[in-house]
Amino acid sequence: MQSHGKTVLKLAAVAVGMFGFAFALVPIYDLICEVTGLGGRTGDKVEISAGDLPVDTSRLVTVRFVTNTNEGMPWSFHSDARSMRVHPGETRQTDFIIENMSDRGITGQAIPSLVPILATDYFHKTECFCFTSQFLAAGESMRIPLLFTVDPDLPAHVQSLTLSYAYFEVPATT
Amino acid sequence: MSAIIHEHDDHHHGPAAGITRWLFTTNHKDIGTLYLWLSLIMFFVGGVMALLVRTELFQPGLQFMSPDFFNQMTTNHGLIMIFGAVMPAFVGLANWMVPMMIGAPDMALPRLNNLSFWILPFAFMMMISTLFMEAGGPNFGWTFYAPLSTTYAPDTVTFFVFAVHMMGASSIMGAINIIVTILNMRAPGMTLMRMPLFIWTWLITAYLLLAVMPVLAGAVTMVLFDVHFGTSFFNAGGGGDPVMFQHIFWFFGHPEVYILILPAFGIISQIIPTFARKPLFGYQSMVYAVASIAILSFIVWAHHMFTVGMPIAGQLFFMYTTMLIAVPTGVKVFNWIATMWRGSMTFETPMLFSIAFVVLFTIGGFSGLMLAITPADFQYHDTYFVVAHFHYVLVPGAVFAIIAGVYYWLPKWCGHMYDETLGKLHFWLSFIGVNITFFPQHFSGLAGMPRRIPDYALQFADFNMLSSIGSYIFGFSQLLFLFIVVKAIRGGIAAGERTWDGAHGLEWTLPSPPPYHSFTHPPRVTEAEAHS
Repeated sequence: MQSHGKTVLKLAAVAVGMFGFAFALVPIYDLICEVTGLGGRTGDKVEISAGDLPVDTSRLVTVRFVTNTNEGMPWSFHSDARSMRVHPGETRQTDFIIENMSDRGITGQAIPSLVPILATDYFHKTECFCFTSQFLAAGESMRIPLLFTVDPDLPAHVQSLTLSYAYFEVPATT
Repeated sequence: MSAIIHEHDDHHHGPAAGITRWLFTTNHKDIGTLYLWLSLIMFFVGGVMALLVRTELFQPGLQFMSPDFFNQMTTNHGLIMIFGAVMPAFVGLANWMVPMMIGAPDMALPRLNNLSFWILPFAFMMMISTLFMEAGGPNFGWTFYAPLSTTYAPDTVTFFVFAVHMMGASSIMGAINIIVTILNMRAPGMTLMRMPLFIWTWLITAYLLLAVMPVLAGAVTMVLFDVHFGTSFFNAGGGGDPVMFQHIFWFFGHPEVYILILPAFGIISQIIPTFARKPLFGYQSMVYAVASIAILSFIVWAHHMFTVGMPIAGQLFFMYTTMLIAVPTGVKVFNWIATMWRGSMTFETPMLFSIAFVVLFTIGGFSGLMLAITPADFQYHDTYFVVAHFHYVLVPGAVFAIIAGVYYWLPKWCGHMYDETLGKLHFWLSFIGVNITFFPQHFSGLAGMPRRIPDYALQFADFNMLSSIGSYIFGFSQLLFLFIVVKAIRGGIAAGERTWDGAHGLEWTLPSPPPYHSFTHPPRVTEAEAHS
């Protein structure tokens, strides 16, 4: 008969390790989403100056914009353009308008999502309001810009992209 | 001095008197009994909830309860049946049978054993008590998807979280105990490949428990943090992701469904050879099949969430790995049938339940294969087809196996035969009831009836009424089971050492009922005995 203590210790270590693994899944999940574009993640700010990418004038890609606010978020949120026709490689700008309809100051955070998922690697944002959160006082409104470039390497069969933003209320930290 | 020695002797030869026997017991047979009774009580509590659900669904429209209470009933039915009925029943059977089947005097860690049982009743009391609170009990489904369990949860979600923590702690301690017992306390000659299949399946199940119950604990902890401490694990507004909840949950959840079925495979693999009077066909392939199923269970979790949005490569991966599980499962079903092939079969109650298990579990397995087909799953997802599938593998699967195991070993435990006529009546009522309940749900599901709704469109009315009638037959016939068990405990024909003439294994070399402390001198096991 072996000593039970040693076996118990090893097994308990497995249990503790798996509890830790559950929390390790959080960064692992983030990493997988960044790599694969799972969940329509579009990646962080990209530095592109004019002329960095060749402009492909032979084709036009439609970029549609969808604006949402999360349930119970008392903001109105609209885009200037419902959709734009862009040449891959050119940098374009469009503005969004947010307005706080409530009588209290609220910090909001926009979360982007892009479909089709396989296009997430080919959509670059050089400036986006979603990189930071916005604070609006009661009744205040604000124009917020988005600068983006569609990569000329975008697979030819993708003719339109849909970029969706959802505004969430950031809980006040004390 | 001599008085003290005498008292010491008493302690080792029989149970203590009164309630303290049960509160402070470290005896594997007592703890096994406690687990089994808790499981039976929880089976009836969860069963009443199921009958309330079926009563509301008897006709379209809202008749008896609010939609919120309906949700509490479906949620608690699932949680109680999984964590309160099936899992404790398996642990109870393990407590009773593992030491007796491997020739050990007791479990390796008797005090831990006592603790892992006694936190369970409190966990369930805590969870069930929320049903009587103003905010109501958990109503977010047994899968407690965020944000239903975070942003939109009733205030009582904290009770649920801690109840799950306690159930998890109990399962982890139980699993450690079982692994240590099996690895360290086998009788001389009982090599790993001579162990009965029930021991093998439990050893592998215990490893699964050890690996995934902590992940469940992590998931509920994150829910707790999101609800109370302002974190955003599952809140997109704070940088989290509700879909991540589903990934973490099902990383636990899929191995969990094998935790609910592997010990059942073990029980069936003990019973069929006994009543076919032939050794189990393909012992080694049975062991490897169980191990393969366990390993595969860790890489298939996302087949529960095909519809949340996943790259095509991911969908294909999870589809093919899921289908791969049908191979070892098919090996097992084949081996059970081959064991019965040209055997001298008799059809006592445990055998009837076991044959029904093989047939009906296979039906559940086939509907599982249908659900594994990703493009088809988009239609079946969250419909009654899924409800029919998992009830076929859990009720005539896990629950029938447990009932079969109880009929098989009850004469050994209490020394009396159960009433065979009533046992057969119980079987036929259960068999007919279960099929009337769950078979029509395949059709209502394929026709598009969604899960977890208290009211439904008119065209599903006939299937639902049939299903409800079946559930009453199945539900109330379980009272007969309670009666049969109590009757056998109170008296009956003496069972004898080897209750069944085709039974083999160490547990059948002990008297019925076995002494309070058995195998204090380990037996010696030979190859011929192990595989006869």
